[in-house]
Amino acid sequence: MTGATISFEGVGKSYAGGGKGQVTALSDVTLSVAPGEICGIIGRSGAGKSTLLRMVNGLERPSTGTVTVGGRDVGRARGAALRAIRRDVGMIFQHFNLLSSRTVHGNIALPLEIAGVPSAEIGPRVRDLIARVGLEAQADRYPAELSGGQKQRVGIARALATQPKVLLSDEATSALDPETTRTVLELLRDINRDLGLTILLITHEMAVVRDIATHMAVIDQGRIVEAGATYDIFVTPQHPTTRSFLSGVTGITLPGFIAGRLTEARPHGPAEEIVRITFAGAHATDPMLARMTAERGIAINILAGAIEEIGPRPFGNLLVAIDAARGPEARDYLNRHGLSTEVLGYVG
Amino acid sequence: MSANLIGLLVEATLQTLYMVSVSALLGTVFGLPLGVFLATSQRGELLSAPLVNKALGLVVNAARSVPFIILVVAIIPFTRALVGTSIGTDAAIVPLTIAATPFIARLVENAIREVDAGLIEAARAMGATPLQIIRKVLLREALPGIALGLTLAVVSLIGYSAMVGAVGGEGLGDLGIRYGYQRFMPDVMLAVVVILIVLVQIVQSAGEWIAARVDRRAPRNRGH
Ligand SMILES: Nc1ncnc2c1ncn2[C@@H]1O[C@H](COP(=O)(O)OP(=O)(O)OP(=O)(O)O)[C@@H](O)[C@H]1O
Ligand SMILES: [Mg+2]
Repeated sequence: MTGATISFEGVGKSYAGGGKGQVTALSDVTLSVAPGEICGIIGRSGAGKSTLLRMVNGLERPSTGTVTVGGRDVGRARGAALRAIRRDVGMIFQHFNLLSSRTVHGNIALPLEIAGVPSAEIGPRVRDLIARVGLEAQADRYPAELSGGQKQRVGIARALATQPKVLLSDEATSALDPETTRTVLELLRDINRDLGLTILLITHEMAVVRDIATHMAVIDQGRIVEAGATYDIFVTPQHPTTRSFLSGVTGITLPGFIAGRLTEARPHGPAEEIVRITFAGAHATDPMLARMTAERGIAINILAGAIEEIGPRPFGNLLVAIDAARGPEARDYLNRHGLSTEVLGYVG
Repeated sequence: MSANLIGLLVEATLQTLYMVSVSALLGTVFGLPLGVFLATSQRGELLSAPLVNKALGLVVNAARSVPFIILVVAIIPFTRALVGTSIGTDAAIVPLTIAATPFIARLVENAIREVDAGLIEAARAMGATPLQIIRKVLLREALPGIALGLTLAVVSLIGYSAMVGAVGGEGLGDLGIRYGYQRFMPDVMLAVVVILIVLVQIVQSAGEWIAARVDRRAPRNRGH
């Protein structure tokens, strides 16, 4: 089994809004997810993430543009053709959406029954799936008797039952605590590695993207504002929305005495510019900052710093203070040398 | 109470049970699919047919607005055409079924609308057809609610079946009126009332027991 390509071309979606004309949920979205990729889509509430995801299995149809999975046009498929595509696309949900009336075994069997798999084959296949998600001891329990993490494992096993080429995840870990989130994401990563299927997941947590996604896209007000390899976007974020998501996930924060005095506008008189510098690798900046000080005579004050990892690759984050009068010049210098900078504010 | 009277009570009880069970069965046969359709045919729903939904909704509401006793009298010609007579237990089954069908349909509709929309979505995402979703998801998940609804319907039918006694039916209501009221035999009246109370209790307890047996939701999600 291998993954399929998911592709959005010029996709737009509007809803007939209640009273105030049309609601545009998505505009001109073009995005391609290669087979076997784990692509994370991040955006704020109402940005259009669910709408985008639900187009991949035809739960929503695009108003304009084309959505294809493995070359098949989902938006124009109807009836049996659409149901065939859906069997190739598994989906997991924030609130699990398990049948309360069926056991773990029964829930995982449901997609197989729906697909018309002979009942003699269903039993063994369900037992394999239960073993894959590690729920052997819970096979005969009902969802009401399971923890959130166990329910999501059932959801994952159910989504894999028809051996899909694509897995969609709509905030699948948002209802789980951090530790359970970690184990569920690990399971998804294992599945991606073992089965090679393409995973498209949406989230509003950058940590989820960092921990699992090879690629990512940032969606803001229905538009993709940034897309690419996760590492590249973490190291050189371009769009303000991306940066604000990143500032929530990096392990460093401003010291309290500075955070409390931070202003958005540059105050009159002498002030310091507070800047976040992001760089690839673990050690790349030290010589750069020293060289800038030597060449330009700009002094830089390091306030905090940390090295993080995306997959096996480290990247660094520094919070620094620069004399506000020299700030633009310093940032320009650093940018030209491949470092990404973001002004967080000013301290008078 | 004489052996003769006891024989009459037994016979009347059996007649009531016959009328109630046949009309409950027929009411379910007609009301269940109707309720499923009403619950799934608004605009954008599984069987989306908004006009038919509206029309059937109106018919159901109209049928439910007619007081039962008036319904019985109003459909006498129809009853006669169907069973050849307008008196007796078989004749009583016609208005009972006509009253039960829209009632059961609404109860089933409500029970199905209680099912989490996320489950329909999950089933659609699996590639289920609308009929598969109805059979494997909606009906099964709504079963506790449907069981309680049918219990309510049967209890109401026991009451209605006593009412048809007044207009030419048979059964406990008829016995109560003829002996208890017209011949002024309070012991017969009392016996009829006690039997009706016991019947309702048995039906209610059995219905709740079945509903609890098929309900696998966490206790906090149960609607009672
Ligand atoms: N069926 C609908 N009818 C009308 N408007 C809708 C519908 N579905 C979504 N929308 C609107 O489209 C926009 C995008 O919604 P969507 O659910 O895709 O956002 P989201 O990014 O998933 O948000 P969240 O993080 O809160 O789940 C919102 O403004 C929403 O109100
Ligand atoms: Mg959403």
